[in-house]
Amino acid sequence: MTQLIALICGTLFGIGLAISGMTDTHKVLGFLDLFGTWDPTLVFVMGGAVVTTFVGFHIVQKQARPAFASSFSLPVNKNIDRPLLIGAALFGIGWGLYGYCPGPAISSLAYLRPESLVFVLAMVTGMWLEKLCSERTI
Amino acid sequence: MSLSFDFVWPLTGGVLIGLAAVLMLWLLGRIAGISGILWTSIVETDRHWRLAFIGGLILGPVLAHFFLKLPIPESGGQNWLLIIVAGLLVGFGTRLGSGCTSGHGVCGLGRRSPRSLSATLTFMATGILTVFIVRHLLTN
Repeated sequence: MTQLIALICGTLFGIGLAISGMTDTHKVLGFLDLFGTWDPTLVFVMGGAVVTTFVGFHIVQKQARPAFASSFSLPVNKNIDRPLLIGAALFGIGWGLYGYCPGPAISSLAYLRPESLVFVLAMVTGMWLEKLCSERTI
Repeated sequence: MSLSFDFVWPLTGGVLIGLAAVLMLWLLGRIAGISGILWTSIVETDRHWRLAFIGGLILGPVLAHFFLKLPIPESGGQNWLLIIVAGLLVGFGTRLGSGCTSGHGVCGLGRRSPRSLSATLTFMATGILTVFIVRHLLTN
C-alpha cells in the first residue's frame, strides 16, 4: 500500500512538473533571468504549489497521525545555520547554471536524453561527495 | 495558446505538485522533498516507497505528454562540463542545505518553516545571480 501511494504521489508530482514547464530548462532559466527578458509564468507554479500545501498541510496536521503510517516524519532541525545557507547557495548556483533542480532533472529522464542522465548521475555524485565531506569534519 | 492564458498550465501544474505533497503528508506522513527522497533511496534500507515515488516522477511526464499532447521541451544543450558542474553543485548543495525546491520551497513554505524560507530565498537569489552573471556579464 505504501509503495502504491508513493507511486501515485510521485506520478502526480511528475505530471505537475511536466505540464507546468519545470522540465523545460529554457523556461526555468528565463524565470531566473530577472534582469533580462524575465519569464514570469513559473511564478504560478510556485504560487499554486505553495498555496495548496499551505492550506492542505494545515488541515492534515490537525490529524493525530497519517492515514497509512504510525506517525508524521517531519524535519526536527529548526536552526538557520551555516550548512543550510551555504548548501542552499551552492544549490542555487547549480540550478542557475543549467536550469534543473532535483525533481525536474529526475522527471526529464522520461525524455530519454543523455543530458538528463548525466545531470542526475552528477547530482548523486555531488550528494555522495557531501556525505564524504561531512563525515570528515565530524 | 494566447498570451493571456500562459499561466494556466503552470498554475495547474503547481496545484498538482502541491496536491502530491499534501497527499504524501496526509497518507504516509512524509515530506515530498525530492533531493532527500533520492538520496535516502540509495543509502537507507526502507527504500521501496522512495523508489516507487521516483518511478512516478518519471512516469508522470510520460503520461502528461502522451495524453495531453504537450510538446516535449527542447534540450538544454550538451555542454557536458556545464551539466556535470551544475549537477554536482545541485547534489552537494541540496544535501548540505537539507533540501531543494520541493522540500524547502513547496513543503517547507507550506509548513511555515522559517528555516525553509531562508533556504528558499537563498537559492532563489543565487540562482538569479548566476543567470545574471552567465547571460549578462559573461555573454553579450
